[in-house]
Amino acid sequence: MLSSVADPAPAMLKYVLNRLVGMVVVLFLVLTITFVIVRVAPGDPAALMLGPDATPQDAAQLRAELGLDQPILVQFGKFLLSAVQGDLGQSLFFRRPVLSVLAERAEPTTFLALFSLIFSIAIAVPIGIFVAYRRGGLADQGAVSTAMLAASVPSFWTGLVLQRWLATGLGWFPASGYGGPSSTFLDRMGYLILPSIVLGIVNSALILRFTRASMLDVLGEDYIRTARSKGMSEARVVLKHALKNAAIPIVTVVGLTFALLVSGAVVTERVFNIPGMGSLVVGAVLRRDYPIIQGTLIVVAALYILINLLVDLLYLLIDKRVRY
Amino acid sequence: MTKAPILSVDGLRVTFRARGRTVTALRDVGFSLQAGKTLALVGESGSGKSVTSLALLGLLPPNGAVAGGNAFYRSRNGETVDLAGLSARAFRKIRGREIAMIFQEPMSSLNPLFSIGEQIGEMLDLHEDLDAATRRRRIVEMLELVEIPAAASRLSSYPHELSGGMRQRVMIALALVCAPQLLIADEPTTALDVTVQAQILELMRRLQREMGMSILFITHDMGVVAEMADDVAVMYAGAVVEEAGVGELFAAPAHPYTRGLLASIPRPDRPEGERLKAIPGAVPPLFALPRGCAFAPRCSFALPACQRRVLLMEVAARHRAACIRAQEVLADA
Ligand SMILES: Nc1ncnc2c1ncn2[C@@H]1O[C@H](COP(=O)(O)OP(=O)(O)O)[C@@H](O)[C@H]1O
Ligand SMILES: [Mg+2]
Repeated sequence: MLSSVADPAPAMLKYVLNRLVGMVVVLFLVLTITFVIVRVAPGDPAALMLGPDATPQDAAQLRAELGLDQPILVQFGKFLLSAVQGDLGQSLFFRRPVLSVLAERAEPTTFLALFSLIFSIAIAVPIGIFVAYRRGGLADQGAVSTAMLAASVPSFWTGLVLQRWLATGLGWFPASGYGGPSSTFLDRMGYLILPSIVLGIVNSALILRFTRASMLDVLGEDYIRTARSKGMSEARVVLKHALKNAAIPIVTVVGLTFALLVSGAVVTERVFNIPGMGSLVVGAVLRRDYPIIQGTLIVVAALYILINLLVDLLYLLIDKRVRY
Repeated sequence: MTKAPILSVDGLRVTFRARGRTVTALRDVGFSLQAGKTLALVGESGSGKSVTSLALLGLLPPNGAVAGGNAFYRSRNGETVDLAGLSARAFRKIRGREIAMIFQEPMSSLNPLFSIGEQIGEMLDLHEDLDAATRRRRIVEMLELVEIPAAASRLSSYPHELSGGMRQRVMIALALVCAPQLLIADEPTTALDVTVQAQILELMRRLQREMGMSILFITHDMGVVAEMADDVAVMYAGAVVEEAGVGELFAAPAHPYTRGLLASIPRPDRPEGERLKAIPGAVPPLFALPRGCAFAPRCSFALPACQRRVLLMEVAARHRAACIRAQEVLADA
């Protein structure tokens, strides 16, 4: 499809390079902000790590070990320097590099996010298209009110109800956890099905509403009438001529739901007792494990920036009028 | 009138449901279009011209429906189909291949996300089975026919890269690529500036000579009617009030409304300083149409009898009008 434009490759490359430079700037800001937030947060990590019985001397010694006694700018400089080398510091609690702790917890969270995204797109986009086509009908009214309800119910509540009903009650899914050390990859994925649905429900509601609104707009356009006047099936009118035009807002909202996935994953992992990055960060907050909090924020921010770039590149693929 | 007309509309009614109310947009539309000729459907904005054209192709919006009448169309293989009662499936065989349409808005009538070549090619894909080389050749030929410069290099252009006039040429190419028998053109030049308008009209006349299709040409512009049409049907408030050959109509209008329309066009042959005569009053809203003749409240010929239903009647050879005083109006010309 791209080949039909004069020669988009260099322009596209330049665009991507520009965006990458922008990403570096944003990442620097993220690093700065996380550093500041973590330092101004109350509580002395050394004292926390050592527990209530420690003497002030012990605490002072640990603070020196961790570099927490140095001037704040020196701490920041060291932090930046190691961050660009891929070293996000040591977890105060696990006493291991932050990145390796994060990597251990990445699998369930990644697949939880991925499955829930697939689930919500697979449910919401087709229904959104259908009810926009049959606007005002029974299906439309039903879908719109269901979506409104789904978006307003907190996901921990949906999680608990579905866990009770489908897992504990009917036994269709494992109720919680992520399998033992000997469990296979497929076993572990089985633990993620129900949590992914729970996490996907809220996003489905959002994507459905956007898909519907976007399709409604497009279906009223003159070129849709032109398409019909050519003698094609309604399916082709809707799925080819209308959907392509409605796709940009849909892609945008799918990109935005990533932010919801992050906060949703924290809640969902708690409800289903899944050892992912969500439960890691909750634990880290309770233990004031600053490096872990910091590391998680940085990884999430980097992912967010990456997803934004992907969304923008998708725009370019869909609409040739979008300027690099 | 030796041959049977290609399209013969009679008593066409269209209603819309809007906010719980039903309004009748077309009360009584009738006209006939001779094969290979151009019939102009003319009337003020809101008189129901677009609704008529959409009804003929089954393209009314979801809240609109044909509520009565006939529209007999003689298809290529000689069969007569009634477009007023056609199923969605049957319409798909008619659209594009038998009857094609171009719209008023060249800016928004082409899909912004598909190239010119893709959009014209799709029409061919829908109705013909061509190999890639022939398909491409047909698209380029059609673009050349509508006088798009460097046609072959335009296949990959997108609508936003073209001017309004060029887009309307693309629309015409799209409509005619499968050589339909009938072209419905709904104010195809209204949105264009005057010089471009003249070029497009000239192009349509040339294409009609070369391809021999019939044209239902919708316009509100009497000047365009004079230039394009063989026959004219005049619409007022959802009904055809007069139908005649273009010469007869301009020479001797039989309906007071047509007479008013003709008196309101500026003409260079009129003496300097003669004021244009606007028709007094305004078109009544559809939900408050008077009984009988809808034009009566604005008409200087009106009589109490005009409150009864008036039908389109023969007033002279090839000339019909819906006015009880048509003979007097004719004589007064
Ligand atoms: N979708 C619709 N819903 C309700 N009424 C409509 C709709 N489309 C057209 N109408 C009515 O039909 C009348 C004729 O419209 P139209 O055919 O577009 O006029 P024109 O002669 O300017 O093309 C309008 O005045 C309007 O009241
Ligand atoms: Mg119109």
